[in-house]
Amino acid sequence: MSQVLTQKYVVGADDFAAAGAASAAVKKTLKQLNFPVDFIRRASIAMYEGEINMVIHGGGGVASVEIYEDCVKIILTDKGPGIPDIEQAMQEGYSTATDSIRELGFGAGMGLPNIKKQSDDFEITSEVDKGTTLIITINSNS
Amino acid sequence: MESISHSVTLDADKCKGCINCIKRCPTEAIRVRNGKAVIMSDHCIDCGECIRICPNHAKKAISDPISIMKNFKYKIALPAPSLYGQFRGNRDANVILTALINIGFDDIYEVALAAQSVSDYTTEILPGARALLHGPLISSACPVIVKLISIRYPELMDNVLKIITPAELAAIAARAKAVEETGLKPEEIGVFFISPCPAKITALKHRIGYNEPVVDGIFSFSELYKSLLPAVAKINEPKDLSKAGIRGIEWSYSGGEGSAIGENLFVAVDGIDNVIRVLDEIENDKLSNVRFIELNACPGGCVGGCLAVENPFVARARIQRLGITMGDKKCNNTVDSKFLEPKILNWEKTPECHSILSLDSDRGTAMRKLADIEALYETLPSIDCGSCGAPSCHALAEDIIKGTALESDCVFKLRERMGTLFHEMAELQEYMPPPFREVKQ
Repeated sequence: MSQVLTQKYVVGADDFAAAGAASAAVKKTLKQLNFPVDFIRRASIAMYEGEINMVIHGGGGVASVEIYEDCVKIILTDKGPGIPDIEQAMQEGYSTATDSIRELGFGAGMGLPNIKKQSDDFEITSEVDKGTTLIITINSNS
Repeated sequence: MESISHSVTLDADKCKGCINCIKRCPTEAIRVRNGKAVIMSDHCIDCGECIRICPNHAKKAISDPISIMKNFKYKIALPAPSLYGQFRGNRDANVILTALINIGFDDIYEVALAAQSVSDYTTEILPGARALLHGPLISSACPVIVKLISIRYPELMDNVLKIITPAELAAIAARAKAVEETGLKPEEIGVFFISPCPAKITALKHRIGYNEPVVDGIFSFSELYKSLLPAVAKINEPKDLSKAGIRGIEWSYSGGEGSAIGENLFVAVDGIDNVIRVLDEIENDKLSNVRFIELNACPGGCVGGCLAVENPFVARARIQRLGITMGDKKCNNTVDSKFLEPKILNWEKTPECHSILSLDSDRGTAMRKLADIEALYETLPSIDCGSCGAPSCHALAEDIIKGTALESDCVFKLRERMGTLFHEMAELQEYMPPPFREVKQ
């Protein structure tokens, strides 16, 4: 029988100080569950980048994490402005972050491509003015 | 598995069983049991935070008694660089080094000199090591950091700079030099490190990355201070013993190691809580453009060690003043080049990593335990009062599921149970057996 543990985190808008708290909690959980080192690394980087995206662009949102015995599924949902051209947003170096955000060291246009790079399965859906949803799956045996 | 040994221990007579240390411990390694603090050996990283916080001075570091010196024909002191900042008004390293001779050592060998050689070696291997890595190279000079990584960040062990510490290199060079100069056998020579912290004591007794110990004993600053302070005061004409420049002595405070290796893209972090935050960031790939990272568990670096006497800010200022006096003299001095071989400088083995977070080696069991912990945690008051002897409600929930604590250990849970029991008793007291009440037939 396959078990699943579900964790939900609310990610606040523009709260840079708290950004990363949800991914830190997930990382701790994955360590408690004895997942392989590389798996934890990929999952936490993907989750962290996604969390930062929600803080910078998405006006905050909800991170829902489903942990199975052999994989983790991270679903990030925001009700932000949405992405008009997903293909463009997926290119390395493309960013719509403002200068003030870049000054904080974010907004290098590596977020989405990096998330995709870390995941085994990556789905992105977005609607302008409605929001964006990412579904990131990482398998422990890949 | 290697047996784990620590130099931080408890003086049971002084311990009052309060909750100060359990809440301060960065790895949640302490519980109060039977009125006394108990340190869980596999969680302890010898950081000394409990020694710092204990209001009853019940936590102490086990160093060697000074009397062991008499077991050796020739005795060498290895002063840690931070010792140079412990004495008021001192502008000359020779004064402290001469005072060490005057209190009974036959010779000294400056750890700061070895630090210069370790810095050179780091500069040399940094580009090659970085090329194989993702993220920054992490200094291994502070043993607390290596211990912390091995139990909480095993995946970052690859990033640790796997080379000898200055104290170890100094010990090896000092003994060989003494054998040459005195004709004595190596075992007749006593090599003693003078330590600002318990972690360095542990790491020299049970070396990280190597098998054989290289020192014969370790004395703490605070232990030696009583004899060293008057000896320092008496010196008018110091001997010319100092060979290390400020580049090595600067290792004593946060940022000194990074600046000694001449690396521009380095970050220096001190204080155990800050260190943990930064290790989390390295895990999240946030510091991938940093080439070298120096992490010190103690506030301010080694000058902030819990066995140091002087406050770290004053000690640092003194060392900086010493640097102004010294200029860049002696900064290129090194340990005899015959000791600067990769065979000596590189670790022989990588320390074992065992995650203290893992709930069970079987993932299914671990998931069930975690679900139980979270469900139980929901029922606890989440005020982290510590009355149960665990540092937080979450830690208690973990202990209960692991089988090392009981739900009634929580005073609020106990109160709840007493309330329930009281109501049941009141109900029972009202209850009348059939002979005394009307019974419907």
